Amino acid sequence: MSEFLEPFERMIESLSPPATVRAIEAGGEAGALWNGIAESGFLDALVPEERGGAGLPLAEVCALWQALGRHAVPLPVGETMIARALLADAPDGPIALASAGPGAATVVPFGRVARHVLLEFGGRLCLVEASGEETGVAGSLAARMIWNAAPAEVVGAAPDGGLRAIAAVLRAALIAGAADRLTAMTAAYANERVQFGKPIGKQQALQQQMAVMAEDMVACRIAAQLGCAGALQPGLVAAATAKSIASTAAARLAATAHAVHGAIGISEEYDLQLYTRRLHEWRLADGSETYWNRLLGAARLGDARGSVDYVREAL
Amino acid sequence: MPVFDTLSLASLPQADEAIRPAIRAIAAEAAAATGADRRARSWQGYDPAFSRRLGEAGFLGLTLPEHYGGHGRGPFARFVVVEELLGIGAPVAAHWIADRQSAPLILNFGNEAQREFYLPRIARGEIFFCIGMSEPGSGSDLASVRTRAERTESGWRVNGQKIWTSGAPHCDYMIALLRTSGSAEDRHAGLSQLIIDLKAPGVTIRPIRDLAGDEHFAEVFFEDVDLPADALIGNEGDGWKQVTAELAFERSGPERIYSSVVLLDAWVRHLQAVGRDDPATLALVGDFTARLGVLRAMSIACTARLAAGESPVTEASLVKDLGTAFEQQLPVAIGDDLAAHPDQAVDAELYRTLLYVTHVAPSFSLRGGTREILRGIIARGMGLR
Repeated sequence: MSEFLEPFERMIESLSPPATVRAIEAGGEAGALWNGIAESGFLDALVPEERGGAGLPLAEVCALWQALGRHAVPLPVGETMIARALLADAPDGPIALASAGPGAATVVPFGRVARHVLLEFGGRLCLVEASGEETGVAGSLAARMIWNAAPAEVVGAAPDGGLRAIAAVLRAALIAGAADRLTAMTAAYANERVQFGKPIGKQQALQQQMAVMAEDMVACRIAAQLGCAGALQPGLVAAATAKSIASTAAARLAATAHAVHGAIGISEEYDLQLYTRRLHEWRLADGSETYWNRLLGAARLGDARGSVDYVREAL
Repeated sequence: MPVFDTLSLASLPQADEAIRPAIRAIAAEAAAATGADRRARSWQGYDPAFSRRLGEAGFLGLTLPEHYGGHGRGPFARFVVVEELLGIGAPVAAHWIADRQSAPLILNFGNEAQREFYLPRIARGEIFFCIGMSEPGSGSDLASVRTRAERTESGWRVNGQKIWTSGAPHCDYMIALLRTSGSAEDRHAGLSQLIIDLKAPGVTIRPIRDLAGDEHFAEVFFEDVDLPADALIGNEGDGWKQVTAELAFERSGPERIYSSVVLLDAWVRHLQAVGRDDPATLALVGDFTARLGVLRAMSIACTARLAAGESPVTEASLVKDLGTAFEQQLPVAIGDDLAAHPDQAVDAELYRTLLYVTHVAPSFSLRGGTREILRGIIARGMGLR
């Protein structure tokens, strides 16, 4: 486990408690939170040492990304880490990631709270100022953005495998972190909530669902770690595996967490929704499970190896 | 901080990867000219000559110390060997139980004489073991076993019956969970493990034919079967504790994700041959590929706990439950896919493989602990109960 995880998690835990998350979702000022994170130096975790960064391997940063999901941090911290590693001269402030084609509206996670967007458009990377419409979804920090033509602010060629692949791996890690928190919250609630004279966690029917939740949660974590096992530009097989597994599990995890919590889980004042709303948004962002499954399936069918050899060697 | 963080990405050490080519060559020999429908049987496929060949080549008893005829390797080496054997569907049933769990059990809990007698023979592929757990009245409720071993002047006398004992018709020994004191109401107390020579007078084995026409499991009857004192393995009364440790070995291996992989490969080759590449097919292939990749990584993560000297009971249950769900969904989805394309002929071997795996798939989440029992163990690991 990364030695940086504990200080990083301690920092975001104190800077970004649920009250702060809610305030920023409601349109409140995010500058103080951003400055606190920026001052910690963690935004340059992936920047090579020769450019003044920490030069951490992606495998180590994976644990930090999961921590962001575990605390529902309402800013594009992971995205900015990626952008700062890809850009020789990154601007200050939060940077969101997007991949888009001409005229197609794209929902950009954290688009509402980003200052810039690192955009892949027509095989090129562009750095544009963030501007878009609110999605109208309650509490969402995403924004709808449309680019009708290639932006002028080209900063380089798209990375190998595409920006979407890196973003998908980040999304898988965020899902894994949120899944972790959701599983812990749900187990704790099941042990507290008494019905029929005993904690509902003693009901076998509920235990069976909770066990599946734990399986999905661990699968998400391992999938995210697989996605982060290589370089910053993950291969297709690694990115597809990570996002396919995490997206598939995300919907199930949210469903079970809500089923166990009952009506309180639907309420705004209870923290569960901070995580389940994110799980659904991140499931769809940067390609759903079927988007990635199709790409992975095409790669697999184009390969003569057996299935075990394929996942062993290509992943 | 993360919960259940004992399972984290691990990789196979280079030294263990290095044995892959040699075991692959032997596995390929055994699988050559064998149809996919036979290979799909894999750990139900009985071939004692192949097991002895593996023993001669040094692929049995890998994790046993060298002075017991083993090879002093760790669980990662065993993972590589098992993966190669199951990936191609080599017939491993003869030595399977002895190598996977009887040998570690004897090593961990047996006395010196037992280790010296059994372990080198297991490592040579000369003696085969089965596990005597289930009884007619004891399935998931294993602590309710009634078959008894009574102390005699010279050792033990066994009376009772085991059932669903895989491999019993071909095995030399059974390691049985027996009641040595008290009654079924005493539950975990009063249970012990004994090694039973299946050629001993009073042992009767009746094979049970399964729905696929195979006879891999059996009823085993004990009528005044006299055993020597050293048939007891470990401590009298510690049977439950020992069985729990044994089950971590049984549940944690890659056999819990690869039961349908011969079918998966046969289906992929069919798709490649007919050139099907519509979006629905690609998505299905991609889904299976992603899940196989993550399950394999989870299984290696679990193996890493074994390698660290732990007994990953909860982790093994978690991987097995997710793995068997995958193994069971494969034949359902592949059957639907093939029959949704009636214009693309399915050859007879693929069809037989599909229906064989479809028919035996329910056993995947029964053997080694049912889905419901495993989920109970996971729930307990989460702090529920």
